[in-house]
Amino acid sequence: MSHRILIVDDEPNIVISLEYLMKKEGFQVAVATNGEAALQQATGFAPDLILLDIMMPKKSGFEICQALRADPALAAVKIIILTAKGRETEIAKGLALGADAYITKPFSTKDLVLRIKSLLA
Amino acid sequence: MKARFRFALAAGALGLLMTAPFMLAALLLYAEARDVERAVFAGFLVPRLPLVVVVAVMGLIAGMVALRGLFRPYAQDLPRMAETMRLMLGANRNFRVALEGPPEIRDLARAANDLAQQRDELLLDVETRIGQARATVEEEKNRLAALMSELALGVVVCNLDGRILLYNSRARLQFKALAQGPTSMSGGALIGLGRSIFSILERGQITHALENIQQRLHKGSAEPTANFITSTRTGQLLRAQMAPVIAPTAEAERAPQVTGYVLTIENITRSFEREAERDQALQSLTDGSRAALANIRAAVETLVDSPEMEADYRERFMRVIADETSAMSGRLEATMSRFADALKTRWPLEDVLGIDILAAAARRIEDRLQLPIKNEDQDVTLWMRVDSFALIQAITFLASRLRDDYAIRELRLRLCAEGKMVFVDLIWSGTPVSSETLYTWELEPMNVGAETSPLTLRDVIDRHGGEIWYQRDKAAHNAFFRIVLPAAAMPEAQAVDQAQHLRSDSRPEYYDFDLFAARDAEGSGIDPDRRLTDLVYSVFDTETTGLEPASGDEIIQMGAVRIVNNRLLRQEIFDQLVDPVIPLKPEGMLVHGITEAMLNGQPRLDAVLPAFHEFCAETVLVAHNAAFDMRFLQLKEASLGVRFTQPVLDTLLLSAVIHPSQESHSLESIAERLGISVIGRHTALGDAYVTGEVFLKMIPLLADMGILTLRQALDAARQTWFARVKY
Repeated sequence: MSHRILIVDDEPNIVISLEYLMKKEGFQVAVATNGEAALQQATGFAPDLILLDIMMPKKSGFEICQALRADPALAAVKIIILTAKGRETEIAKGLALGADAYITKPFSTKDLVLRIKSLLA
Repeated sequence: MKARFRFALAAGALGLLMTAPFMLAALLLYAEARDVERAVFAGFLVPRLPLVVVVAVMGLIAGMVALRGLFRPYAQDLPRMAETMRLMLGANRNFRVALEGPPEIRDLARAANDLAQQRDELLLDVETRIGQARATVEEEKNRLAALMSELALGVVVCNLDGRILLYNSRARLQFKALAQGPTSMSGGALIGLGRSIFSILERGQITHALENIQQRLHKGSAEPTANFITSTRTGQLLRAQMAPVIAPTAEAERAPQVTGYVLTIENITRSFEREAERDQALQSLTDGSRAALANIRAAVETLVDSPEMEADYRERFMRVIADETSAMSGRLEATMSRFADALKTRWPLEDVLGIDILAAAARRIEDRLQLPIKNEDQDVTLWMRVDSFALIQAITFLASRLRDDYAIRELRLRLCAEGKMVFVDLIWSGTPVSSETLYTWELEPMNVGAETSPLTLRDVIDRHGGEIWYQRDKAAHNAFFRIVLPAAAMPEAQAVDQAQHLRSDSRPEYYDFDLFAARDAEGSGIDPDRRLTDLVYSVFDTETTGLEPASGDEIIQMGAVRIVNNRLLRQEIFDQLVDPVIPLKPEGMLVHGITEAMLNGQPRLDAVLPAFHEFCAETVLVAHNAAFDMRFLQLKEASLGVRFTQPVLDTLLLSAVIHPSQESHSLESIAERLGISVIGRHTALGDAYVTGEVFLKMIPLLADMGILTLRQALDAARQTWFARVKY
């Protein structure tokens, strides 16, 4: 059974790579481009792992992360924050709010895949 | 009275002397004469008796007139002479007794003048020597003044009550630039000797900075200074640095005694705007580039790793790379051009011991919000790099929102660290808060009760490069806000050996102003039992269209000058023409020389009077013939909504107290009597200057009469006023 991955990012230029990459690795992929859609897909699509961007219009990644973690049904979902916000304090905030990993942009696609696999193992 | 009684006595004696010998002779002759002779004598005398009496009475009157003429100089000229001599003794040394009256009195006057001459020569000698000594001191002061005025920073020195003891021209300019509305008329906001610094800067910030300094001194810190940023009513940003003024203490070991502080003030509005711009530039460069770079890198790596990719997919990936690289170049260009003129300035973050901040915050919260605070796991070794005032405001703000919106009954403060980050946690049990709530709070201005702040919680967090979030600790059944701040290196090591240096004699020479001996020239509510020498005065004068305020005459000019610490401060003035809205009278124009053209475009009284009211707040008013000026002011009080409730001293009445026998109490005559040269009369400010100098000369004369306090002066003036009215 292949794992399901939800990509939450509003920028098509990164979504295209992530989507291609995940499909190539044999994952089932869904994309959400805003916070509302992300929360819907989190229950509808039932992903095993969520790749979450922080800087999005309306709802920030931090808020989505906190909302996801507030739902006990989604406790098992892994969350990787994937963001251009790279300050130490922001990393601390992301991890404190329940993310399993915090990867700052730009990142190596190989490392990302390895990280995803290790979290899903 | 006494003189008059003596005169009556003398007149009686004269009458007796003139009549008694004749009567006695007549009686003796009458007793010796025979009956026939007596009858003849009586027959001769009785019909002529009225004539004798008339002659005798006329003789008596003539004698009395002559006597009065002789007596007068002694009874009246002598007291006047005494008054003049007292004048020579005190107020006007150059005054001389006029040589009038009989030779003896002239002699006396000459002797008095000679004595005065001799005294003058002696005094001159002493004065020359004092002058020489003073010149050296003056030179030192001038050197300091020059130094201060050269400074590009505004410098203000205050005592612990916040009264300004010294300021430089730069500070004046800075605050003048900030002045708006009525204060701009008083020639540069409300900076002035003896005035309160709190009318310019926020009291809370000053007290907080002062507390910080005291704490540092207590610990023997090498640099007991504090920085803060404040924004004025006009939205300008000022950066202030506060350094304590330390009283010389007898023993080096004793704790240093702070007697006041020096504020250096810099307007950083422009540089701050640039700084914000710079931050933005940096932000868009780093965060913006990160995202773009991530997009490119992911696309490139995917392309490289996927040689099997179909052509149209490959095409889309290439377009991503092309788009992102050109967007990134554009962004780089734009940022660089904006960045070019942005200067490097920062919020002055300072290194403070974490627990000091928490203790201060706890005090403030318990004080303002009556919310109990408990400490939990506070790491006493942690230092952080913060703007302490803003941070304490932020903590207080969060506490107040928690109390108001979630009715929490107790708050615990925790302080811990991880790597280079310090965590300040506000912990409470019970009601959880939603994260959204914190997000809204972050963007509100931090208002606590009546205290408002232009900053939001987010501003404060961003200013520190920190973060804040809400977390729940389910196991411990509590929730907390965590504020993350940058840690600071422990600045303890160098502190101790430099502390000695601070307390040694190596303080700069130019501190030898006698400023801190100056008694607090405060005036919040003027105490009538203060000595006249200790009070702050606003001496003022008005020019008007005419003499009848009740029948429509109006003020056309107001002038005032301040007296602080027995000195007339010629720079701290109020000088303003007023558009009276009614036409001027030609007879008035001869007096004050103000023409209609000069009043065109001047502000009206409804703008000027509130400004004047502010100028003389907390001071005693002084004017010559004050009743006249006050009538004009009081007539306007109701309609303009300002009230002049402070005590008023009138130099005219005081002059009558001091010199009751002088005929004229006009400003000119008083000035002449007291040896004051009169220049520029009949402008409001010119008259205020003269009145001020007259008043300063009067203070020691009143003291000679036992009139020392404001209450005594007011009473004495009231009594002469009644005397004049009765008369």
